Amino acid sequence: MAALDTVSEEFHTQRKAGVLRALPHVFWTVMAALGSVLFMVPFVWMISTSVKPRWEQLVIPPKWIPSTFVWSNYVEPFQTHPFGAWYMNTLILVSCNVLGVLVSSSLVAYAFARIDFRGRNVLFLILLSTMMLPGQVTLIPVFYLFTKIGWVDSLKPLIVPSFFGSAFYIFLLRQFFMTIHPEMDDAAEIDGCSLFGIFWRIVLPIAKPALGVVAIYEFTYSWNDFFGPLIYVNSPNKFPVALGLRFFQTRFDPQLGPTMAMTFISIIPILITFYVAQRGFVQGIVISGVKG
Amino acid sequence: MQNQTSVSGMDVSGRRSRVPAVRLSRRGRRELTAYLLISPWLIGFLIFTAGAMLFSLGLTVFETDFLTGFRFVGTQNFARMIEDRLFVKSLGVTFYYVALAVPSQVLIALAIALLLNNSKVAFTGVWRTLYFLPSIVSGIAVSLLWIWIFNPDSGLLNYGLGLIGIKGPRWIYSEQWAVPSLAIISAWGAGSNMLLYLAGLQGIPTSLYEAASIDGANSLTRFVHITIPMLSPTVFFNLVMTLIGAFQVFTGAYVMTGGGPNNATLTVVLYLYRKAFSQLYFGYASVIAWTLFIIIVAFTMVVIRSSDAWVYYEGGLRK
Repeated sequence: MAALDTVSEEFHTQRKAGVLRALPHVFWTVMAALGSVLFMVPFVWMISTSVKPRWEQLVIPPKWIPSTFVWSNYVEPFQTHPFGAWYMNTLILVSCNVLGVLVSSSLVAYAFARIDFRGRNVLFLILLSTMMLPGQVTLIPVFYLFTKIGWVDSLKPLIVPSFFGSAFYIFLLRQFFMTIHPEMDDAAEIDGCSLFGIFWRIVLPIAKPALGVVAIYEFTYSWNDFFGPLIYVNSPNKFPVALGLRFFQTRFDPQLGPTMAMTFISIIPILITFYVAQRGFVQGIVISGVKG
Repeated sequence: MQNQTSVSGMDVSGRRSRVPAVRLSRRGRRELTAYLLISPWLIGFLIFTAGAMLFSLGLTVFETDFLTGFRFVGTQNFARMIEDRLFVKSLGVTFYYVALAVPSQVLIALAIALLLNNSKVAFTGVWRTLYFLPSIVSGIAVSLLWIWIFNPDSGLLNYGLGLIGIKGPRWIYSEQWAVPSLAIISAWGAGSNMLLYLAGLQGIPTSLYEAASIDGANSLTRFVHITIPMLSPTVFFNLVMTLIGAFQVFTGAYVMTGGGPNNATLTVVLYLYRKAFSQLYFGYASVIAWTLFIIIVAFTMVVIRSSDAWVYYEGGLRK
């Protein structure tokens, strides 16, 4: 009996110690959770407001779950505004830009990573320095150029530059290409493979993850871009979504429900991309930051 | 056979007289290919960067609307800028924003990263995703959302503050709080900086901590003498990038406040945008652009110079 008592007592103190030891874990996890709730609340409010009837939108305290779901907030804006065309424009813009930067940046990065040519180091240094260049200095002359060749009020000024490569992506891809063993190139070259053949058959397949990172980044950037379209596109039917949203919001009296519904829809593709390619985002940030 | 010799790069001395001609042309071909490959970037750079910068520099001594020709004005644009009260105001607004947004973004990101790097936190992957998410959402969507969060009477922010007994200000509708409001939004997007810190934290070898523990260092000492120095290069990188970005703040001010109230959020880029694209003073706007450019470069240089004093590079190597 006594022995049993001591055993259960020991068990008890052990369990107590276990609970005590778990306490910091619980505390820090709760802290992390509370912080992330703070970061998420605006999104939750947006989604909740997007399906609220008008009279429940701005009540205090907020009604998180509406009494009736007003799904028409998601439908009506498509009937009153050319959201369909706006999404089409964004789709064209984004896919052309992703294609453009992938083709151009990977070719340039390959040359910088693999071929020893005269002036390489100087040119690479110039490339790196343009990465930090604030765009305002070149904005006006580039605008002038596109005005002169009659491209203003079209998507062309927003698409064509991406085919000239982007310093950041070139740098990112070059860093990745550098990690591929050059012995493979040499072997292929001995077998009679051209430089382009090596690029196409050996480097590109290995570099798929890095190309994915570039694609994700450009997709996000191009989907989100507001300043570019604001400057170059004037006709509402040529707007991409980012500009259309702004137009939608200010044109009439602020209709909170539809505005939040349309804002939410506009970020869904970004959320999906992020969900699918989470690792890519992290990888890209790490390559660009830590190794830079 | 000839070809192979040159490829492997190992000449047998007897053949030297014959091989170089082949090698040179091969090398020449490689160089040509290289320039062909980088030509998209090189052409783009010459037109959209180098050429554009020269043109922009030239524009500073002209006034033009790009429709009725160029009028030479010499240094008048500069004189005008110095006396332009709105421009001076926009400089003040931008500096104020930078002073608020940069430290808060850098420090909040650091705090979250340290929290998530704590081995006592469970489900770090989930939290990391949630903290990161706001930073990838577009400026326009964020602005449209926060207009309503900042609503003084029925917005979420003042409701939340009310719960803890604080009567919130009028945020973007108040001259005093409009810039801090923009800084709050930028802090909400601290997620990408946080990811960098996390990567930096995970790159610190655990052996350092173990060695310090054996020497009797407590957790505070380890943090001050290991974590902070080892993380300083990441802090440096984040600081530079956030600084450059913050000086160019535009979308929030344009969409949410339109520069108001009473020009309280008239940032330099917003002013530049108005001068150039609403009022068509492209010469004057170029002067503003160059001024901003010089300010950004100067601040970046100061941070880079100061880095010698506080950024630690492993093995004494300094970049």
